Amino acid sequence: MATAALSSRFDGLRFAGVAILSLVALAWSTPLLWMAIASFRPQSFGGLDMASLAPNFRPTLANYVEALDSADFAGLYLNTAIVCLGILAVQLVTITLAGYAFARLEFRGRTLFFYAFLLQLMLVPPILIVPNLVTITRLGLYDHLVAVMAPYFASAFGVFLMRQTFRTIPRDFEEAAAVEGAAWWQVVIHVLAPLARPGLVAFSIVSVVAHWNEFLWPLMVISSTENQTLTIGLASFTRGAESASQWGVIAAGTFLVAAPLLTAFALFQRQFVNSFLFSGVK
Amino acid sequence: MAIATASDDVFVEEERPTARVLGRRHDRLALALIAPSLLFLVVFTYWPIAQVVLQALTIETFGSKTVEHGFGNFARLFADASFGRAVTNNLIYAAGTIVPSIGLALALAVGLRESTRFNALLRTVVFFPVLLPLVAAASLFLFVFLPGIGLLDHHLGRLGFHQTNWLGDPDVALWSLIGLTVWKNAAYYMLFFIAGLQAIPDDLYEAARLEGASATQRFARVTLPLLGPTLAFVLVVALVNVVTQVDHVVVLTKGGPSDSTNLVLYYIYQQAHENYDTGKAAAATVASLTALVALSVLSLRTLERAVHYEA
Repeated sequence: MATAALSSRFDGLRFAGVAILSLVALAWSTPLLWMAIASFRPQSFGGLDMASLAPNFRPTLANYVEALDSADFAGLYLNTAIVCLGILAVQLVTITLAGYAFARLEFRGRTLFFYAFLLQLMLVPPILIVPNLVTITRLGLYDHLVAVMAPYFASAFGVFLMRQTFRTIPRDFEEAAAVEGAAWWQVVIHVLAPLARPGLVAFSIVSVVAHWNEFLWPLMVISSTENQTLTIGLASFTRGAESASQWGVIAAGTFLVAAPLLTAFALFQRQFVNSFLFSGVK
Repeated sequence: MAIATASDDVFVEEERPTARVLGRRHDRLALALIAPSLLFLVVFTYWPIAQVVLQALTIETFGSKTVEHGFGNFARLFADASFGRAVTNNLIYAAGTIVPSIGLALALAVGLRESTRFNALLRTVVFFPVLLPLVAAASLFLFVFLPGIGLLDHHLGRLGFHQTNWLGDPDVALWSLIGLTVWKNAAYYMLFFIAGLQAIPDDLYEAARLEGASATQRFARVTLPLLGPTLAFVLVVALVNVVTQVDHVVVLTKGGPSDSTNLVLYYIYQQAHENYDTGKAAAATVASLTALVALSVLSLRTLERAVHYEA
């Protein structure tokens, strides 16, 4: 009797918990839900009911057509992809080499260098936009995509991540390779890098997400339209559509910008989550 | 997100005996390996820091070739009411975003800790905003905050609320940005809390339950203390976010109305990019660098304590 009452009370609590969580999740998803619905809503549908979440209309692609018309999305995607992959390609080399040095080699000034790297974790590039803009201009890189990438080519965060990852790999593999007469770089490329794949993948996901979404720095160093990245393009596109109150078009444009990452996340959810966790808690 | 990795590394640094066994030093090889990273760090971190400090101390007078050195830029900066406002706003913004995001993240993590199908679905739903570029989130929220017919007003209106000028009212605008930031970041922090919770052994809860601890007591005495390191880490990440992310200010308010949403980094951007006042921009950069260094020293201490607590 008592246990039955207890368990029904427990069920009640549980039910309330699930209900509250579902409500929170529903409220959380409303803006994105609206984005999806509004992007397919016909423009003539009327401004007053624009906030409605009911898909009570015949879906149309007109908003997407208009969005794709008013900004060069192909160019924006391409530039953003170049920036993200360019940063990542250089980073993977720099962090693997430095990570290896800090994980495996004994050398003079190791601790000092280690702390020198540590500094970049706190004094992150976004804070240094003003002096970095001066440097970029002096190097003659202003309004080049390289300018967007350059401050991120070295990643203290990535170096630590790789150092950590290399340290979890038993030395036996390298020692076996060394006995076979492999040089250090052969060991790194053929033995350590493949074993460190989880670390490299985690870093890659975090890096691409961060730079896909970056805004302020590209805004400062890019001036011509053909060198804009997605976020910059979206911001100026939004300004135009906002003054015309084309909310459906903004929704469509936003969706176009966010879609690649959201799709990637939906497909490789576990990998994404693990990467974010790996980058922090390890 | 990087800070915990580094710091716990520094403080839990232990020499692997094998490094000794190999014996030889590899000075040259090691230098060559860290050289590429070091080159970019020098060009885009150390050099700019030195330069910005120098620039902050350099006073150029318009129309005169002579350059003086001194604290004039700082004097002008601190005399600027807009800067004061930006600092105050940033403090409010910090408290206003961090406390609710962490509270919410913790609540969601406790609620969604078990990996059932349903929970996985809810986690995915709340996690989507994290992957959205802040600019895209801001674009969406242009409509969410639109007075009268926007998402908020439309639906609140049906519940009988009056309409609010979310971005146009100086008393409300900063809180609107705070709301957007909480919406965007809470689930990111939730992720770390879920991982932290899953790392707590079940026997501890079992033992607490056997001793008759209530759910609240178990949360306060077992969960919270053991989440210490995670909490410290999330706090640092959240603080860094508060200082480095102003994309939504650019898109939604441009610091207005009447400076009510100006944040320090946006103020720096304004001075450099719109007013071409490099002296003031440099002085403001030095001020935030100082704050960040102080913050990191403080947070490293906290993290260190947290990590030791765990060990």
